[in-house]
Amino acid sequence: MTLDMLPYLLGFLLLVIGVYAIIAKRNLIKVIVGLLVIDYATNLLLILVGYRSNTGGAPMAPILTPQLTPAQIARHAVDPLPQALILTSIVIGLSVTALVVALAIRLYDRYGTFDTGRFRNLRG
Amino acid sequence: MQNLLPFFVAVPLAGGFLMPVLGRLFASRRAAAVLPILFGAALLGLAVRLVLLPDADTPPYWMGAWDFPIGVSLVADGLSKFVLLVVAVVSFAALLFSMDYMTRYTSPGLYYGLFMLMLAGMNGVVLAGDLFNLFVFLEVAGIASYALVAFGTEADELEASFKYLVLGSLASAFVLVAIAVLYNVTGHLNLAKIAETFRASPGPSTMLGAALSESKGGLTVPVYLAAAFLLMGFALKAALVPFHAWLPDAHPSAPAPISAMLSGVLIKACGVYVLARLVFSVFAGAEVFGIILVVLGALSMVTGALLAVGQSDLKRLLAYSSISQVGYVVVAIGTGLVLLAWSPASAALGAVAALALFGGLFHLANHAVFKSLLFLVSGSIEHATGTRALERLGGLGRRMPLTAWCLRAAALAISGIPPFGGFFSKFIILLVLVQAAVLAHWAFWIVAGLALGVALVTLLYYAKVQRAVLGGAPSPATADAREVPFGMALATAALALLCLASALILHPAVKSRLVDPAVAVLTARGSAAAEEGATPPLASDAAAHTAQPDALGRLP
Repeated sequence: MTLDMLPYLLGFLLLVIGVYAIIAKRNLIKVIVGLLVIDYATNLLLILVGYRSNTGGAPMAPILTPQLTPAQIARHAVDPLPQALILTSIVIGLSVTALVVALAIRLYDRYGTFDTGRFRNLRG
Repeated sequence: MQNLLPFFVAVPLAGGFLMPVLGRLFASRRAAAVLPILFGAALLGLAVRLVLLPDADTPPYWMGAWDFPIGVSLVADGLSKFVLLVVAVVSFAALLFSMDYMTRYTSPGLYYGLFMLMLAGMNGVVLAGDLFNLFVFLEVAGIASYALVAFGTEADELEASFKYLVLGSLASAFVLVAIAVLYNVTGHLNLAKIAETFRASPGPSTMLGAALSESKGGLTVPVYLAAAFLLMGFALKAALVPFHAWLPDAHPSAPAPISAMLSGVLIKACGVYVLARLVFSVFAGAEVFGIILVVLGALSMVTGALLAVGQSDLKRLLAYSSISQVGYVVVAIGTGLVLLAWSPASAALGAVAALALFGGLFHLANHAVFKSLLFLVSGSIEHATGTRALERLGGLGRRMPLTAWCLRAAALAISGIPPFGGFFSKFIILLVLVQAAVLAHWAFWIVAGLALGVALVTLLYYAKVQRAVLGGAPSPATADAREVPFGMALATAALALLCLASALILHPAVKSRLVDPAVAVLTARGSAAAEEGATPPLASDAAAHTAQPDALGRLP
């Protein structure tokens, strides 16, 4: 365990905070915020996975310009694959968020509150 | 020959687009069902065709014809074919049932569109050859099912959907974290490649791997971290106790055909199937995962059954019963894994392990049939009487004879009465547990005792259901109940026959075609996955691949 691990640990901490919000909070909006925090934490972890320390100097962005050869990219750039995954994950996160917000609005229409403690039934 | 695999995703995906668009053109809500039923029939035909084809004729499909490191593959082996067939059968019945049942809801186009999206997601999960696409399809199926649970937009349905969505997204986030860690450790997303890496005991390739790994064998600390996240994620999707909180709300709140789909196939395709695939093929069948699965399965089995006894809402009772029955499947699969891990010590264990997996998959198929039938019957009853509270029902045995017989068949099958298929699968699981206790470890006696006890409790509460619904004098709610329309009757009757016919899986000709290849995939532990899993030769254009972004020094 070295200081190199710190970003990963902070990423996991963020994840735990999100899970805490989902479990402990009784306000729908706060639960949704918890979901978003979890989303960001996973994306952050994914992007960290793409970081490489053995590039010789600061890693560069994986963009293939006419001045660079593919070999140079492979040698010096960070891993672009996790970045591609994150794009997909962000899109999925967006659609989930849209749906969950729509549900929350509908629920507010029915109950006039975002407090899950005042909802009628369906516990346990 | 044309590769069949892409059609399993493309056909329902096209349906998911077409049906909301064309939905407005149809004159009546019944007519809107014709196109979806045709799509369902086409998928059923495709699934049957795929099962009949030998493995050699179903090569992996590479999307866009991109080859190994860049491309994305769809892979079908014995296990995925088996699950595809189960999904196709249940979804066809559910679509047939929807034709008359869904006339009570508005906007049939949207309903069928979401149904098709869910189907595309499930087929995609089953066929996906790499982890990330598995995740994407999981989310497609998930989002469609969240929306379908809320389809009635009553307060209860919205609330159930919200809970389902939050826990479902949490599960997906766990899965994604696990994918990140696995990619970091192995440098691959392809399932077969990951499995291969674990067998070849990899060195850590990046910082997280280097910091955490103690490099003993193939499974290092970060791999166990990833496995823990994957287990949590998919246990949430499969609703194993203690991750089950969303299921008893979500499944009863959906329209009846959707409940049938969710309980019948979604928790299996997106939960149990992926769990089995990962622990056997990818994590090379380590014993500890088997023990975890047995414990989780036994917990689900007992908790689900005990909670089901006290329910007074028919669909809620069925939902708890789903938790319990999926517990059986998971116990069987976990037992198979444990025995397989111990099998080098004794040859007999290997045979018992294969039988355990057979029992588990057989029960999976059986449960898909009888639980979806039970949910459809509950829909028929609600359609005819307007209620599903057990104490307000009664006397339907005379009023709705066909539905009554379907309910009897399903209840007998799920309680494990011969000659229904449900008896044989439960019996095989019990037999395996006893054999495991005798041959391997005394702790299996406990599991066997629990399985037997739960079987009795199951018999008890389904006897209660039959009494409450069919027996006695008609109540005010059931006094003018009439038999359901043709489409619903046909769907339930067909599934009721399947409850009986599923015993035919024991026939050698069917077994060798359908279940044995699936069991073989699991028992082969990784090695089979590597052969079938999409590893075309790299040599010829290796130079070209190094130019590609994926080859950042991670590929051989």
